Amino acid sequence: MLLLECPYCGVKAEETELAPGGEAHLKRFGPGSAPEEFEAYMFARKNPKGVHFERWRHAYGCGKWFLAARDTATLEVFGTYPAQTSEPPADLVEKIRARRPDWKGYK
Amino acid sequence: MRRYSVFAIAREAMRYHTGWEKAWAAPEPKAKYDAVIVGAGGHGLATAYYLGKNHGIRNVAIIEKGWLGGGNTGRNTTIIRSNYLQDPSAAIYDKALQLYETLSQDLNYNVMFSPRGLLMLAQTHHEVRGYMRTVHANLLQGVETKWITPDEVKKLVPIMNIGGPRYPVLGALYQPRGGTGRHDAVAWGYARACSDMGMHIIQNCEVKGVRSENGVVTGVDTTKGFIGCSKLGMVVAGHSGQLAEMAGFRLPIEAVALQALVSEPIKPCMDVVVMANTVHGYMSQSDKGEMVIGGGTDGFNNYTQRGSWHHIEETLRALVETFPMLSRLKMLRQWGGIVDMTGDRSPLISKTPLGNCFINCGWGTGGFKAIPGSGWAMAELMAKGEPGPLAAEFNMWRFKEGKFIDESVAAGVAH
Repeated sequence: MLLLECPYCGVKAEETELAPGGEAHLKRFGPGSAPEEFEAYMFARKNPKGVHFERWRHAYGCGKWFLAARDTATLEVFGTYPAQTSEPPADLVEKIRARRPDWKGYK
Repeated sequence: MRRYSVFAIAREAMRYHTGWEKAWAAPEPKAKYDAVIVGAGGHGLATAYYLGKNHGIRNVAIIEKGWLGGGNTGRNTTIIRSNYLQDPSAAIYDKALQLYETLSQDLNYNVMFSPRGLLMLAQTHHEVRGYMRTVHANLLQGVETKWITPDEVKKLVPIMNIGGPRYPVLGALYQPRGGTGRHDAVAWGYARACSDMGMHIIQNCEVKGVRSENGVVTGVDTTKGFIGCSKLGMVVAGHSGQLAEMAGFRLPIEAVALQALVSEPIKPCMDVVVMANTVHGYMSQSDKGEMVIGGGTDGFNNYTQRGSWHHIEETLRALVETFPMLSRLKMLRQWGGIVDMTGDRSPLISKTPLGNCFINCGWGTGGFKAIPGSGWAMAELMAKGEPGPLAAEFNMWRFKEGKFIDESVAAGVAH
């Protein structure tokens, strides 16, 4: 069972309380963008076996979007953080590095 | 290869079954092959088989990191059907169904194909309209399906509660030619036929890297050393993204867990396959009497081959309403597999940015039914270097061009 702590209300929410929202920190492309750019952000999503950053919504709680760092191969959760950032916070990255020394870092 | 037959059984019965051969050999890898296929599941083995049978390419190795047929081929709910909405899908899935119809004879291996008929229940008005549209599309595609009324559904499946109240059965899309097969036997049958053609099936051999020079693959680094190849086929389902990364390109694929479960065996009670997409459940009865039940996928990326518990609860809760007699059944086993989902829920059978490297993946939640057709199309692509009519639309660049083969709406969740 997946447990994620909502960074807004501090509740340790269980999976059925949450709605998954796919890859985090996506760069969105608007009108006038090239087909390659649309393809990259709409379909060619990151799909790592290991450390992954995702969007989640505390759907049956405060209703807000937040971001989570998780290992897709073990289901280990490294941490959650508010959605108003364009890249993972430094302390979380340090924490992941400590747990996964061979991780290549956030790209 | 000694053929299996009634005479073989009689002969072996006379000598205490001492004369049976191993179904396939376990060779050490050679330095180089004309074609290397990564992944000895149903799709990989079928690709190798049709490479040899249709195109005469027999210097082939099939590399498998675990054991043969031990991935999704051994984890699915064995449903076979071809009632898809879009023309390219109907073409390849019906090709697969036609090949399944004679596969036991072709392979001299009993794959227990059982065309017992398949129902897709419409439990909302939206589904009624959707399935009627599919029936009309299938008519134009030459795939025989029909729309049947709730009373006809009840006649086919007496154990079903069609009255609701929450999910009343409003009718069903019926494909009489659909059914089930024996999933392991499909992999074993293809493996035996491939081995008989002199192909090498190398198990417990994981690919660790893909070597390429000037945009052309030269071979793969494996746990059994470097294996060279003139052509490379990637047919690894859930781990396609990993393999593509080794080769230096990204696929429009995300890996998620899909679950299934099986009940204790009971007396025969349902002789068709029933799929209920609104409630995310599908069910058939195996020859052993177990109810084989498939559920929905998780909504997040996952490589752990185990899914979320609440999906099982959802599936069973809904199935118990539709099949009240299930409420007292004990479930024996539950398992998960990693499925490779594309944005339009249709597969990739495609060339790649590397000249002699080809990919067959993205079958998502419904790959078993496609195995023979997929192998047929992939073998043609690998042999000629260009896709034939079956594979042409399933190229990996369709997402850039917006030429989707959209089955996500048509197929609902169960697929």
